[in-house]
Amino acid sequence: MNKIIRTSIPLIVAAFAVTPILVIFSSALQPREDLWTHLLQTSLPTLALNTLFLCLGVAIGTGVLGVLLGWIIATCDFPGRRFFSTALLLPMAIPTYVFAFVFLGLFDFSSPLQLLLRDWFGIAPFDVRSIWTVCITMTLALYPYVYVMAKSGFTTQGQRCLEAARTLGRSYFSAFYSVGIPLCRPWIAIGILLVLMETLADFGAVSVFNFDTFTTAVYKAWYGFFSLSTASQLASILVLLALILLNGEQRLRKKMRFTQERSSFQRIPLNGIKAIAACCFCTAIFFIGFIIPVVQLAWWSLGNFTIELSAQYLTFSANTLTLGLVAAGITCLAALSLAYAARFQKTKFTQVVISLSTIGYSLPGTVLAVGIIAPIAYFDNAYIQISTWIIGQPVPPLLQGTILALLIAYAIRFLAAAYGSINSSMQRITPSMDEASALMGITGWKMLSKVHLPQLKTGLFTAALLVLVDVMKEMPITLMTRPFGWDTLAVKIYELTSEGEWERAAIPSVLLILVGLIPVLYINKKTDCA
Amino acid sequence: MKSLFYSTLAAIITISILSTLPAHASTPEEIVVYSARKEHLIKPLFDAYTKKTGVKIAYITAKANPLLERLKAEGKNTPADLLITVDAGNLWHAAQSDLLQPIESPALINAVPENLRDPQNLWFGLSIRARTIVYNADKVSADQLSTYEDLAADKWKGRLVLRTSKKVYNQSLVASLIEQHGEAKAEKIVKGWVNNLAIDPTSNDTKAMQAIANGIGDVAIVNTYYYGRLMKESPELSLKLFWPNQKTTGVHMNISGAGVTKYAKNKSGAVKLLEWLASEEAQKTFGALNQEYPVNPEVSSTEEVASWGTFKGNPMNVTAYGEKQADAIKLMDRAGYK
Repeated sequence: MNKIIRTSIPLIVAAFAVTPILVIFSSALQPREDLWTHLLQTSLPTLALNTLFLCLGVAIGTGVLGVLLGWIIATCDFPGRRFFSTALLLPMAIPTYVFAFVFLGLFDFSSPLQLLLRDWFGIAPFDVRSIWTVCITMTLALYPYVYVMAKSGFTTQGQRCLEAARTLGRSYFSAFYSVGIPLCRPWIAIGILLVLMETLADFGAVSVFNFDTFTTAVYKAWYGFFSLSTASQLASILVLLALILLNGEQRLRKKMRFTQERSSFQRIPLNGIKAIAACCFCTAIFFIGFIIPVVQLAWWSLGNFTIELSAQYLTFSANTLTLGLVAAGITCLAALSLAYAARFQKTKFTQVVISLSTIGYSLPGTVLAVGIIAPIAYFDNAYIQISTWIIGQPVPPLLQGTILALLIAYAIRFLAAAYGSINSSMQRITPSMDEASALMGITGWKMLSKVHLPQLKTGLFTAALLVLVDVMKEMPITLMTRPFGWDTLAVKIYELTSEGEWERAAIPSVLLILVGLIPVLYINKKTDCA
Repeated sequence: MKSLFYSTLAAIITISILSTLPAHASTPEEIVVYSARKEHLIKPLFDAYTKKTGVKIAYITAKANPLLERLKAEGKNTPADLLITVDAGNLWHAAQSDLLQPIESPALINAVPENLRDPQNLWFGLSIRARTIVYNADKVSADQLSTYEDLAADKWKGRLVLRTSKKVYNQSLVASLIEQHGEAKAEKIVKGWVNNLAIDPTSNDTKAMQAIANGIGDVAIVNTYYYGRLMKESPELSLKLFWPNQKTTGVHMNISGAGVTKYAKNKSGAVKLLEWLASEEAQKTFGALNQEYPVNPEVSSTEEVASWGTFKGNPMNVTAYGEKQADAIKLMDRAGYK
């Protein structure tokens, strides 16, 4: 009986997660030839190139920044290390689209900076929007994903191998790239993969720069041409891209093992110039990625307190936090069941199902929302018809416009983030541990709670953090599926920015960051202790 | 760890139980609105209506297309009674998708001019958004300006700033050019605009105006209320409005508007609310909230809006914007208008 439950839970999770993807695939089956020819002849080639370039730029940017910072924080000791360990995570609380409009506010032709340049040096106003600025903005907004994963990988890898490398004559930095990085491959890869999927799905930030990517075409097909089927076809390509990335990564490390016996970890103390350099580097990133945007937002907020701030904002903040917390709980449980299935049922089928379940992350939120809303409505319509037939009077819908529907949608959207983190933690647990506990008669649920969960602590908290912060920043799904009265801070930001009221939108943005700090600080403390 | 696990479980169970309750317990008179018009531009009106009549209004706001998709998916079971959106194209599309029902109401027919409502009475305009030319008064004098079409002329080379073609306001503007001149001529005009661009199209109207105010380009095409808002914030900018096409077709006008949903549970309530929104009492506020022009000809605009001067609007029926929207986007893509 227990076993049936154990095997069926991951299947149920997967069924929920795969349905919207299938809905989108299937609605992509009604072609509108003329639109495709048009897109191919006009914008599509440029868009594909733009997207490719952006993905490359952001992957390299976040990869270098995230891994370097993760390495420094996890393995070195220098003044301020504890502070930076948390501080470097904070940009995560700032949504990418907020980053984008703050960046433009700081540097575009009407910014104080350009006015100053003009008045002092007579430099003519110039346009800062370019592929480079888009890359930089998204790198700053997204590097914490790689950082948090890399840090967790480096922290759990122990130091025996590193010590071995160094006794064999490798220098500190040589040990870093020849031993440290390869041993943390799953973490780094998942971090970059998450960043790539976010980049593919992003619409908010690129539209602030009016930079056209594949996602722009998805929205154009839907909002402009009112062709949801063409939008789905384009979105399906995004899904396929993510699948290729995902599988390529899995294939590359198929035969590798990353397990680690628990061992104490001694950080290498840095001194003199090295300590100063590490400190300066961390300070610089923290300033550019967090302090400057927050100060700019706070500055804008000051001027708009009286018009915008009201008691409503208490509700918005509470909604945001509640939704984030509950969704993080559900998503982590769902991801845990998948990771468990991946560990104990190593079949091709399980692998395919899990890949399919986690690629929703690469879809633009609104498109995924359609894939979720349609089956829910279908279910409700059937439910209403049947109940009406049985009871003889109309009943209210069961799922539509309920908080449950919204939570399911979040879980589907962010399953990849949670799964990536939990699954890589799972890989640190040696199979001999399972065998030993099985020999002692500890199996099934007991093995999960007594043996695995304590070792998954870092991974679980990291997963919860990623989902929580992601849900709090999430806009399109919340907009489309929320019940009456469940407006969040992100919804408020949307309402104000879509009318071009950037300065007023600073107030919900600042609140969102403040509310987001609570889980970031709390969870980071937990993972640091673990 | 364990406690976290159990508290999460408890939270999930509580929420699940909560959510099995009906989505919202609706009283018979309550009206449910799906609105693509933003909360802060519509809530004061709802509050006033509730205060006046005691009828409660539940609403949800989102972008127009997702709202339409939600309505489609919910079908007969939708809780929505009234759909409010901005831009005629969206309303036209809602009508095309069979999401609205015709309303026979003399009050609405009287209040809303014929070119600003659906011929089958599926939807009605509630405010006018004029899309006009704004110029840097330090560098351009009004007599150099004449029409939208003229902005394609060589003399504006490197001087024009436009918002992105992805914004529906520009799609509607180009749709109206196609309706007026036919596709070939319209394409020539848009190509001329693209040739004259000073910088890549901006993501919004305010950025376009800030560009010309700061010396990048000299003229832009914007909705008047963005101008009003910017000038309130930075009165020192030397930007001025110009009403184009006064000797020819008139200023391009778009609308925000509303229609009663096909499966409205509270149709009479929705109609009454719609009639009130078009009435003289509500129209003053409706426009004033966002410095737009009231649709009801009996109602005058706010003092500030009136100070921008009067103009001749294009009498074209706004349904054309919906019909020609796809053509307009394709045309702009071909012309390289990003």
